[in-house]
Amino acid sequence: MPWTSPMVEKYRSQYGSGLDPLTYLGQNYLAVDRSLIPDILRLLRDEEQFDYCVDITAVHYPKREKPFDVVWILYSFPRNERVRVKTQIADGASIPSSVPIWATANWLEREVYDMFGIKFDGHPDLKRILLPDGWKGHPLRKDYGILQQDQEWVQINLGIESGQ
Amino acid sequence: MSDRKNDSTNDVSTHSLSNLDLETPEKPYLDSNELIINMGPQHPATHGVLRVILKLDGEKVLGTECVIGYLHRGVEKIAENRTYAMFNPYVDRMDYCAAVSNGLGYCEAVEKLMNVEAPPRAQYIRVILTELNRIASHQLWLGTHALDIGAMTPLFYTFRDREEILKIFERYCGARLTTHAFRIGGCQYETYAGFEKDVTNFLTFFAPKIDEYEALLTTNRIWLERTKNVGVISGADCIALGVTGPVLRASGVKWDVRKAQPYANYSKFDFEIPIGTNGDTYDRYLVRMAEMRQSMRIVEQAVNGIPEGPIMGKVPKVIKPPVGEIYHSIEAPKGELGYFIVSDGSTQPYRLRVRPPSFVNLQALDLMVRGALVADVVAVIGTFDIVLGEVDR
Repeated sequence: MPWTSPMVEKYRSQYGSGLDPLTYLGQNYLAVDRSLIPDILRLLRDEEQFDYCVDITAVHYPKREKPFDVVWILYSFPRNERVRVKTQIADGASIPSSVPIWATANWLEREVYDMFGIKFDGHPDLKRILLPDGWKGHPLRKDYGILQQDQEWVQINLGIESGQ
Repeated sequence: MSDRKNDSTNDVSTHSLSNLDLETPEKPYLDSNELIINMGPQHPATHGVLRVILKLDGEKVLGTECVIGYLHRGVEKIAENRTYAMFNPYVDRMDYCAAVSNGLGYCEAVEKLMNVEAPPRAQYIRVILTELNRIASHQLWLGTHALDIGAMTPLFYTFRDREEILKIFERYCGARLTTHAFRIGGCQYETYAGFEKDVTNFLTFFAPKIDEYEALLTTNRIWLERTKNVGVISGADCIALGVTGPVLRASGVKWDVRKAQPYANYSKFDFEIPIGTNGDTYDRYLVRMAEMRQSMRIVEQAVNGIPEGPIMGKVPKVIKPPVGEIYHSIEAPKGELGYFIVSDGSTQPYRLRVRPPSFVNLQALDLMVRGALVADVVAVIGTFDIVLGEVDR
């Protein structure tokens, strides 16, 4: 369902078709073009007071041409309002980091990189966070099986045949 | 004695630096200014398996780096391979000190996605158990945090009193910690005979116990020395770093999901949001103590107003939410706990993301301990009230 509000109309006239405001079950989100990141995020923080970045995450749709959705969940303390920003990116493509906009993005982006292999340009220290540094593969991709593991890593570092 | 002295002087002469033919390093050989040490992962003050790499100048902390993931079980991956109902018990294992809160957040998120609501009686039972769990979580925090700082007595007091809450959980659903108390659409179990009485008895039992904890610590000189102006963080820094929960409130930001975006039936209850002013470890202690009192107020109102009626909403046997996505968050004892669920219309979540408060809050550790002493690192880790099961998931 389309989402209409004065804020959205303003950006819509500015960015045109690159921005698609939608709402579902009373929750608003903006599906935006990859080229609008990070400008739209910066605008949301500076002009619309979305000062708290709740979460950054991703969703993998392997059959799509651009298989990854990157999602920013934002909240505004002054407005008491939530909004999500969503963009699609291709496998292997990178996306500008939002650490300069919200400091909290640091670990959240590292987790997205760890789990999906999405690279964030300009991130101060983009490395794995939950999995060990030498691990192969990104577990939350749909082609990574639930029983799959990095056998080699387990054998070398834990000295056991298999972690299963 | 004199022989020994002679021996040692001989040793020094034979091993003098000139004999070893060392090249002069670029930096002084033994750098007396900077020291990098490792704290954890097996360290009692890290509350689990947190590893902190500390860069020190003597006793002063120059910087830290957290190494996490030792308890990673891939909860989000498991969710994609379980049905909605099957995943419900898994959420209890994230923040295992506040399992009821995790369950409430998850059940409400799925209910929202399916556009159903739990009946009023179930809502009241949920609020009672969740608030009791908040008290239990804060008790566990207080006991271990005080123990880290060197006060051993509060640990025994808080664990003794926490037992009473766990007994209520056990009588209600058979489990003490990982309760799995709620189901999608309501509650599975009706309250047992004497539930209301047990809860009321607990309230009368517990009110003087908080005063007892406060008598031990609030004006204790050692406690004040160890917590005042330790780990100070401003409200603006909290917001930039996404820090929520009692840490944010102790920095003077009056924000609580229960008030800002009420869920369950919290809007029906009268309670206050306690806030601090200095954003130090002592204020966070005061905020949590006040929160326990507020939780008691909520429980009291809920247990007196608990309505009759069904405890399960109209939910199909097979849970199949329509295609769509939802973000729902609740105020867990540690901060904002959120669930982002993407449904593809099947019986299993297509993607389930948990927004863990402990993980995000822990990021502020570096900012809070820079320039402080090593002993303060222990105090600051304790004051976050992190649970590593939730940080690593």
